[in-house]
Amino acid sequence: MSTAPAATVGEFAAAAVPQAHSVRDWDGVNIIEIEGLWTRFGEHIVHKDVNLTVKRGDILSLVGGSGAGKTTMLRQMLGLETPHQGHIKVFGQRLDSKDKHALQALRNRWGVLFQQGALYSALPVFDNIALPLRELKCFDEDIIRDAVMLKLQMVGIEGRHAFKMPSDLSGGMIKRIALARALALEPELIFLDEPTAGLDPDRSDSFVALIRDLHRELGLTVVMVTHDLDTLFEISTTVAVLADQKVLINAPVREVIAVPHPFIKKFFLGERAQRAIEVIREYPFVI
Amino acid sequence: MNTSTTATDHAAVQSGVHAHAPALALMRTAAGSVLAATGRWNVHTMSHDLVPAALRGLRATLAAHARTPNLTWDLTAVETMDHVGALMFWRACGGKRPAPLLLNPEHEAFFANLANSEAAPDRRAAVTLRTLFEAAGTRVFLFGDHLTGFVRLLGQIVLDVGRFARAPLAGPWREISANLYRSGAQALGITALVGFLIGIVLSYLSARQLKQFGADIFIVDLLGVAVIRELGPVLAAILVAGRSGSAMTAALGVMRVTEELDALTVMGIPHGFRLIMPKVIALACAMPLLILWTDAVALFGGMVAAKLQLDLSISYFFGALPNAVKIANLWIGLGKGIVFGILIALVSCHFGLRIEPNTESLGQGTTSSVVASITVVIIADAIFAIAFSNTGI
Repeated sequence: MSTAPAATVGEFAAAAVPQAHSVRDWDGVNIIEIEGLWTRFGEHIVHKDVNLTVKRGDILSLVGGSGAGKTTMLRQMLGLETPHQGHIKVFGQRLDSKDKHALQALRNRWGVLFQQGALYSALPVFDNIALPLRELKCFDEDIIRDAVMLKLQMVGIEGRHAFKMPSDLSGGMIKRIALARALALEPELIFLDEPTAGLDPDRSDSFVALIRDLHRELGLTVVMVTHDLDTLFEISTTVAVLADQKVLINAPVREVIAVPHPFIKKFFLGERAQRAIEVIREYPFVI
Repeated sequence: MNTSTTATDHAAVQSGVHAHAPALALMRTAAGSVLAATGRWNVHTMSHDLVPAALRGLRATLAAHARTPNLTWDLTAVETMDHVGALMFWRACGGKRPAPLLLNPEHEAFFANLANSEAAPDRRAAVTLRTLFEAAGTRVFLFGDHLTGFVRLLGQIVLDVGRFARAPLAGPWREISANLYRSGAQALGITALVGFLIGIVLSYLSARQLKQFGADIFIVDLLGVAVIRELGPVLAAILVAGRSGSAMTAALGVMRVTEELDALTVMGIPHGFRLIMPKVIALACAMPLLILWTDAVALFGGMVAAKLQLDLSISYFFGALPNAVKIANLWIGLGKGIVFGILIALVSCHFGLRIEPNTESLGQGTTSSVVASITVVIIADAIFAIAFSNTGI
């Protein structure tokens, strides 16, 4: 919150009602439901009868070792890959449904931040963010222009960058703009794939603060895959651990740490993790 | 819109089929008018539950109401809202916060954010004489930059070849052999196919013309000179530029994007000697051979067509060819091949090394590389034609 770009968002949040989430109803509605999910690549079984639910207002971090199938699961939740068995419901809509219209409506209710940003390299920043709004073919250009500038402001990008090409931007800016694009349709749910990978600690902190502020302000549900323990401790309301082909536990981080499983011990109680926890203890206000 | 006491406007009527669709109702009270908004004012509802015409109607209604004197905006009955929903009211009031505004506390943030947002900058800078002049200047400098880069590359290659000649055993033989296979042996199929078809086309079309003058047997001269001196080398060069040239540019470009070139440099492995010189040498060797091959197949195609069209026997064709085409033409053709090969490899590597570490630049660089190598080949061909205009014909 202390860094410059995050401060702009801080002002936004301050302008909002102080306790925004007390007004919103965290009503416990299931946003994502995964039931009996199996994934295999050839003979190799990645997910074995996995169940997972994400509730409205959650910030869920999906963690697991390399090859545990975190990214695969994220892609399955997005409908980019089809599970071998089992099904996934997002907003109560099955992703394997044949109803094209319902699936399209569903896709307009979520936003995705890909690891590399995945900005369209042929379009300038402005058109990257305007594209999803224009695709709806119902808003006039003046509304779209204001909405795009607003989104840029929200992620702390100055208006003078609006007509730059993605290739002229730094990695941190690309992430922010990709987040602005993910937010273009005012989604209720956003997916973040390694949101802080490739950012320096300062930028990664301000990015995390940005996501937390947006979550508070817009009442988003967030699903993210991350390796970054600092990020995980700072903003997750719940952590799902993928190991042994299953989701071991899906609970707040304090409960997860208490589970005596070798992976969890190594992941959360290893040397790196201890350092991260130390930092959190020193600055307890960040939780 | 109108000033009747409980006017329900047409947008509300139209969208009445959806229970949650955004709707407006104007109420006249003693103190003034109150415009009450209901329903869900968010992107999802506006784009899925309203047809575009209804949304446009809604905007028009909002704009019309905004002009009503003494109007209070009452948004307390709005179910859900987002920034775009707030923007509808914002734009209706000419880009500012509607006032007086009654609002649910949780929707306050959207209007606060809109107030903080800056205006969009101009998309394009104005075109003036100065910017045009500067743009033209940039082009000239870019061309100069290409030229110096190319000359530097050429000099580097000369030095590298010198180093190779002094110590041939320490040379990059494996790379040369790999490049020979990739740009030579693997190109045999496509050059044969194209050469054969061009031979048939040329023979077939000219046979009809020659037949009219009873000059059938001159098909041998025509095909021989055209294919061996001109068509064979240029066809092979264009195919190689498109096939191997683009591959070379893309390979070097990808190595630039993935920092492999930098990795070579920090290991002290000069990429001029290990990557570029082998490509140049390999193509300089492969091109004459490919040309010989293309010539042979094109002449064979011509022979087949001449046999079918003019009933000219294949043995006659073979017998007449040495007399019809002087051997100098073959040497010119093969000499062109060496020059074309070197040029294609140099131009492709030049563009490959200039690629910036991003994917956009990779595509552009590869396209420019192929266009430039074909252009350079044609220019070199024209120079050959002028320089050797008295030889072999």
